[in-house]
Amino acid sequence: MLSSLPILSTLIWLPIIGGLLVLFAGRNNPTVAKWLSLLTVVATFLLSIPLVTGFDTTTASMQFVEQVAWVPMFNIHYHLGVDGLSMPLVLLTTFTQVLVIASAWDVIKERVEQYMGAFLIMGGIMVGVFVALDSILFYIFWEALLIPMFIVIGKWGGPRRVYATLKFFLYTFFGSVFMLVSFLYMYHESGSFSILDFHGMQLGMTAQILIFLAFFLAFAVKIPMFPVHTWLPDAHVEAPTAGSVVLAAIMLKMGGYGFVRLSLPVTPDASMTLDWLMIGLSLIAIVYIGIVALVQNDMKKLVAYSSISHMGFVTLGLFLVYDILQNTGSIQGAQLGMEGAMVQMISHGFISGAMFLAIGVLYDRMHTREISAYSGVVNKMPWFVMFAVIFAMANVGLPGTSGFVGEFMVILSAFKANLWYGTLAALTLVIGAAYTLWMVKRVFFGQITNENVEKLTDLNKREFAIMATLAIVIIALGVFPAPLMEVMHASVENLLVQATTSKL
Amino acid sequence: MNFVIPDFAPAIPEMVLLALTSFILVADTFWAKRSQFATYYATQIALVVVAVLILMSFSTTQIITFDGSFVRDSFADILKLFVLVISIGIFVFSKEYLLQHKFFSGEFFVLGLFGVLGMFVMISSYNFITLYLGLEIMSLSMYAMVAMRKDSGAAVEAGMKYFVLGALATGMLLYGFSMIYGATGEIGFAQVSEVISSGNADGVVLAFGVVFIVIGLAFKLGAVPFHMWMPDVYQGAPTAVTLYLGTAPKIAGFAIVYRLLAEALPGLVEEWQSLIIMLSILSMVLGSIAAIVQDNLKRMLAYSGIGHIGFLLLGVIAATPDGYSASMFYVIVYAITGLAGFGMIVALSRTGNEFDRVVDFKGLNARNPWLAVMMLIVMFSMAGIPPFIGFWAKIIVIEEVIKAGFTWIAVVAVITAVISAYYYLRVVKAMYFDEPEDNTKIEPVSGSLNWTVSFVALSLLVLGLMPSSLINLCYQSINSLAL
Repeated sequence: MLSSLPILSTLIWLPIIGGLLVLFAGRNNPTVAKWLSLLTVVATFLLSIPLVTGFDTTTASMQFVEQVAWVPMFNIHYHLGVDGLSMPLVLLTTFTQVLVIASAWDVIKERVEQYMGAFLIMGGIMVGVFVALDSILFYIFWEALLIPMFIVIGKWGGPRRVYATLKFFLYTFFGSVFMLVSFLYMYHESGSFSILDFHGMQLGMTAQILIFLAFFLAFAVKIPMFPVHTWLPDAHVEAPTAGSVVLAAIMLKMGGYGFVRLSLPVTPDASMTLDWLMIGLSLIAIVYIGIVALVQNDMKKLVAYSSISHMGFVTLGLFLVYDILQNTGSIQGAQLGMEGAMVQMISHGFISGAMFLAIGVLYDRMHTREISAYSGVVNKMPWFVMFAVIFAMANVGLPGTSGFVGEFMVILSAFKANLWYGTLAALTLVIGAAYTLWMVKRVFFGQITNENVEKLTDLNKREFAIMATLAIVIIALGVFPAPLMEVMHASVENLLVQATTSKL
Repeated sequence: MNFVIPDFAPAIPEMVLLALTSFILVADTFWAKRSQFATYYATQIALVVVAVLILMSFSTTQIITFDGSFVRDSFADILKLFVLVISIGIFVFSKEYLLQHKFFSGEFFVLGLFGVLGMFVMISSYNFITLYLGLEIMSLSMYAMVAMRKDSGAAVEAGMKYFVLGALATGMLLYGFSMIYGATGEIGFAQVSEVISSGNADGVVLAFGVVFIVIGLAFKLGAVPFHMWMPDVYQGAPTAVTLYLGTAPKIAGFAIVYRLLAEALPGLVEEWQSLIIMLSILSMVLGSIAAIVQDNLKRMLAYSGIGHIGFLLLGVIAATPDGYSASMFYVIVYAITGLAGFGMIVALSRTGNEFDRVVDFKGLNARNPWLAVMMLIVMFSMAGIPPFIGFWAKIIVIEEVIKAGFTWIAVVAVITAVISAYYYLRVVKAMYFDEPEDNTKIEPVSGSLNWTVSFVALSLLVLGLMPSSLINLCYQSINSLAL
């Protein structure tokens, strides 16, 4: 029975329809809103499991494909499908959604139905971004996501939420419109809006460079890369916990996904010519933004900067490819970098989500995120600190956690490309350890100096379940990442071929 | 001299509309004493009757009658149908507004009907004289409507401004017409086009003629730098009238742009294309920047309307049947969106309170979450953010301008779209994030108003999810003319 169900459409529309239902049914009745939301996200997650069990890891072609003509006049299709690059991201999304709804359970008091509804709708839209194979459909999901996020940050956020949410919206909107112009240009050249057709089309160098830059604006803002990252710390600091989780765990991945789905395969020659730009900005993100993270007083801001720094590994791993091939000719080396980037995306999704949830737990109790307001939390919340330290270790990239796998792969391939790249990238192990552990020391350990900390209570069952799930996933991926890599393998191989085949 | 009886059949909808309007005009004096709403209902019935007539005789071929002065084709029929549908919406909103603001009178509806008649004539015009006639029927009705509220200084001032500048624009247009006539010796669009393409006309005179015609059109459409009247008139006029000015006439305005530039003067495309590029870019840039500082929503929508005209002209720049189709789609979408936007202001305004400042929308989500969502849809659709229909309108005109080889204009267009997103977001911000000035629940004046405004706003979403049929309609109607 399940095999006949259009899984991808279900994963998109079930949460969206569920979200609309919550908006209506949950009005003036928070309990109904919460349970209906939980039911929807759990059902969506369960329905996404057949994606894994039915996935064919031997092929790089699209699977679970659905295609219907939508606007025939312009050859626009409702075209969905997943491969090894997008399937893990879909799963990351449906999984994170469950945690997001659970994390907001008792925390949100005002207009619960709007909050939950917004997150459900976001969930469907995000799946849509990862599975859309028609560029216009992709763009529609990409932009539509801004609307609920705008509302969530602006309504339930902190004191400077309006400034932050406007900045977030306008930055990301500004980046994406140029992507739209490139889509339209490519449609004009090829007569099709299909992303797969874009992969196969010939493009001159000037066109490639311009398209690459347009894509770069869209994805670099989203990921975000230095110097267009400034919206992210603002958005994170002001967003409610669940908003930060979605931002860090999934929305940033959309930028990385854009690079692998569009930039590298559509404009390989431009990617090769401009790889110095990407590598340079990635290294700046890793080192400079890491140092910026060191001086933050606000925990969320610290993790936000650490996210930017860690996402630098994604772009670094992807664009090292050309240097590795040039210097060593090692295809395995190039593939290692790319696969590392992909693993880093998934792993960062879990780790950053976990970090923000942990900060959320503290914030719910103390209503502050100032590092200096805390000290000695471990005395009052031992269980919480146990999980938080696991997450912090994963953030540092300790072997045995998922954070290690991706970063290690990228650092290894960076050394293959250039000694300096490797050295700079490896610096993150020092800087990352410095800011993370210093925060851990100041917040969790030491003497209790604040009477509010004295009154803290440890995790309740709901929080415990959320934290434990994440800890298990993070350690499981760290100890045994093979299944994840196996899923990606064929697609990454294919991506490498696409990224290195000239289109001139 | 032979007198040939012309074929009246193609103009039956116009004639019926004229007859019904005249009847209502006379009957209103009797009805007004007995039943307040008789004129209103008669107006709506008249519009429906005309719509049915058009649908029944929907033309698939081009019919030209009255000695080449009047044309009936699917392009005209579709635009007229949309004018009717939008007008029905306008009158529904107006009825409540006029009641609330205590100047409900039959003249409003009669003038409105005459305006619709003018739009019909404009849409179907096939020579300069008919076009001028239609334009004046429409404009005179609108001048009177703007100034209808005699006790409001702002409205009278707006009416004055509108009249003086509108007359100036008409003068420009007529001057242009006369030059084209002088150069070609013809007034029919088809004949003018023929003479120009034969190359027997004086190029200099033609070029001057085109410049004046384009200036006249720009005045009427409100394209920069001939836009100055728009913000003042929109703000000064009673909202019901602004609603009227900002929606249906845009459709007729596009129709005359198409008739003049694409049907009469296609041979002079090189002359007018560069002018339209200038108008389009200036309108997009100024419309989006000037709207940022507006605190009055009507004024903001006027500037945003200027920006929309700039976008609309993108399709005209392409100067291809597909380009005109894209503009046609744009103008229809804009009219529907405008109806929803101004309709929202009408729905929320109360006696003595216009509800037209951005601050009035503060905390609307707390006071009426449903209407807040509807307004959110309208704002995001205007900003061109998917999945609403405004997105498709923008992407199609941009695609056509890229196809015509002007990628740089497309880039300018999207940048202005981002700038304009800011002021649409301001409204959303006010509704969702700001504290309301008072916390009383706010409802539309009447249930029917609630339904209408929700229906129009939701149609923006539904059309956005299923844009295909409306796009096809526009492309087919213009492509059938080009063949």
